[in-house]
Amino acid sequence: MRLEPIPNPSALRSIGLPAGALVLTVIVASALALLAGANPFATLGLILKGAAGSKFALLETLNRATPLIFTGLAIAVAFRAKLWNIGAEAQLYAGAIVTALLGTGILPLPSALLIPVIALAAMLAGALILLGPVLLKTRLGVDEVVTTLLFNFIMLLFVSYLLEGPMKDPMGMGWPKSPALEKAARLPRIVDGLRLHWGFALALLSAVAVWVIQTRTTLGYEIRAVGLNAEAARFAGIPVGRVMVKTALLSGGLAALAGFSEVAGLKGNLTLDLSPGFGYTGIIVAMLALLNPLGVVVSAIFVAGVFVGADSMSRAAGVPTYIADILMATALLTMVLALKLTRTRIRWR
Amino acid sequence: MEIFDILLTASFWAAAVRIASPLIFATLGELICERAGVLNLGIEGIMVIGAFSGWMAVYLGAPLWAGVGVAMLAGMLFGLLHATLTVPFGLSQHVVGLGVTLLASAVAYFAYRLSLPEVTSPPKIVPFQPVEIPGLSQIPLIGPAFFNQTPLTYLAFVLIAVVSIVLYRTPLGLALRAAGENPASVEAQGLSVTAIRMGAVIVGSGLMAVGGAFLTMSAFSSFFFEMVNGRGWICIALVVFGAWRPGKAALGALLFAAFDALQVRLQQTPLGALVPYQVFLMVPYILSILALVLMSRRAEVPAALMVPFNKGER
Repeated sequence: MRLEPIPNPSALRSIGLPAGALVLTVIVASALALLAGANPFATLGLILKGAAGSKFALLETLNRATPLIFTGLAIAVAFRAKLWNIGAEAQLYAGAIVTALLGTGILPLPSALLIPVIALAAMLAGALILLGPVLLKTRLGVDEVVTTLLFNFIMLLFVSYLLEGPMKDPMGMGWPKSPALEKAARLPRIVDGLRLHWGFALALLSAVAVWVIQTRTTLGYEIRAVGLNAEAARFAGIPVGRVMVKTALLSGGLAALAGFSEVAGLKGNLTLDLSPGFGYTGIIVAMLALLNPLGVVVSAIFVAGVFVGADSMSRAAGVPTYIADILMATALLTMVLALKLTRTRIRWR
Repeated sequence: MEIFDILLTASFWAAAVRIASPLIFATLGELICERAGVLNLGIEGIMVIGAFSGWMAVYLGAPLWAGVGVAMLAGMLFGLLHATLTVPFGLSQHVVGLGVTLLASAVAYFAYRLSLPEVTSPPKIVPFQPVEIPGLSQIPLIGPAFFNQTPLTYLAFVLIAVVSIVLYRTPLGLALRAAGENPASVEAQGLSVTAIRMGAVIVGSGLMAVGGAFLTMSAFSSFFFEMVNGRGWICIALVVFGAWRPGKAALGALLFAAFDALQVRLQQTPLGALVPYQVFLMVPYILSILALVLMSRRAEVPAALMVPFNKGER
């Protein structure tokens, strides 16, 4: 077989194939439900209900989507430049550590000043974490996929050390967690009484900011050029190494904001289970959004909904929550295939 | 001084060989994929599915070797998925690999929860037992380290030789290496790059899964979450460290395992008590990064690694 590019794919092709990918994902979900001895329609219904069936469910989904928007943006920015940042998890924790450190009363600032200072410091920490692997890539040609992946494990051990040592909460009853943030450092709720904090608004704002950077600035143009063809970009006079470093700083900073927003907005302290893999799930979010920053918001809410919905479905119907991970992986793989097939046709010969 | 005492104990070297075994399987598997031109980031998840499926088969009553076969088949199935998407369709090997890792580990966890919903402590199987090789196991230090291991460890070491011979001494190996260096030359010989690459990914994934199965069927006796714990990513670093050569990569795995065994033992010394245990646990990951940095200048990367091949395209 051979692949031939299609210059102008028909509307049927460019809508039908991605839709087909989603249908396939739903079929997989139904099969898994059947396997677990549950009614597929009831299972899907329960997932939908758990994700968006009530005001509470919907807010829970938006809360879960908040860190995913940040990590999804981090991945989207990096992958656009073909910088394979798989270390968003480590950068998230770097942001969370800084937030937990600076938010416990060592900075005598009013809330309106304190929160931005902490956010910026968190971004800086995340950016620095990614800088190492990127410099190794641009200077020595060390593959960043493996180094960023390995950093995730190192960072989690570092957090574990901090929580059992220097950052341990003395009032924590031996539980490995950091002391609670002071009130001035906490992100307030958007509406009183509703469990949705300003981190969500910051996430939306970040998505718009990234969109502006990507479509309206020289850096955005350079990032795309490097991603499309680094050799050609270098030939055209674009400083590829420097663009990579800038991309990394932006990507690491965005991932760190996920940690900042989770600690300052939702949890109020640092724990080892702060992130159930938000850094990795961000890859799925970004890919489903075709690396489009505004699309990231939509796909993050969708992905968060599946996870929140699967949690509540699992309690009711007894299908293991890992169904959500299988669905996300299926959606990712079928979607990249569908997108490829919209642009190419197969010749059997 | 404690270090020397540790280095002179047979149990230390035995542990190093034991720790190296799953890494050798998975590193050889990854090496076969990459030599044919395909980076297989599915390795981490394929090790998880291997660890789970082999163990589950034995738990349900299959003999141990049948369990190894089940693990290998499960790995090959996910290898087939990876190969189909990356080779004929030429999709991004990064994205597909990460997707396969997520899918394979989620399938393993889902199946585990489905079959054992209520368990708090995972059930145990009777794993492979060490088999003493008469005569050789009496050699001081080396004997107990290399010749009093489980059959799976012996298999790992035999595989190093088999993979080397196939890669460098057979027409198949030549074609496989050419697929990773200069695919057009393979087509010129009338061979199919697609078939060779797919075959390499499927067989390589099978080996990765056996590496995972080693954990549940030889090193430990039960399956638990997060048990692969980044070993797959370490194996990718080991392939680079070994400059894409089976012997060197296996040597790297042994060296790495020796460091790992050493850090566990150092933790128990008075010196180790002064350092937080997390620092010791970081050692394997830091070593892997260091290995990558050290080899970065000298590595001879297969020229067509990660380059999709589309027949008739120049």
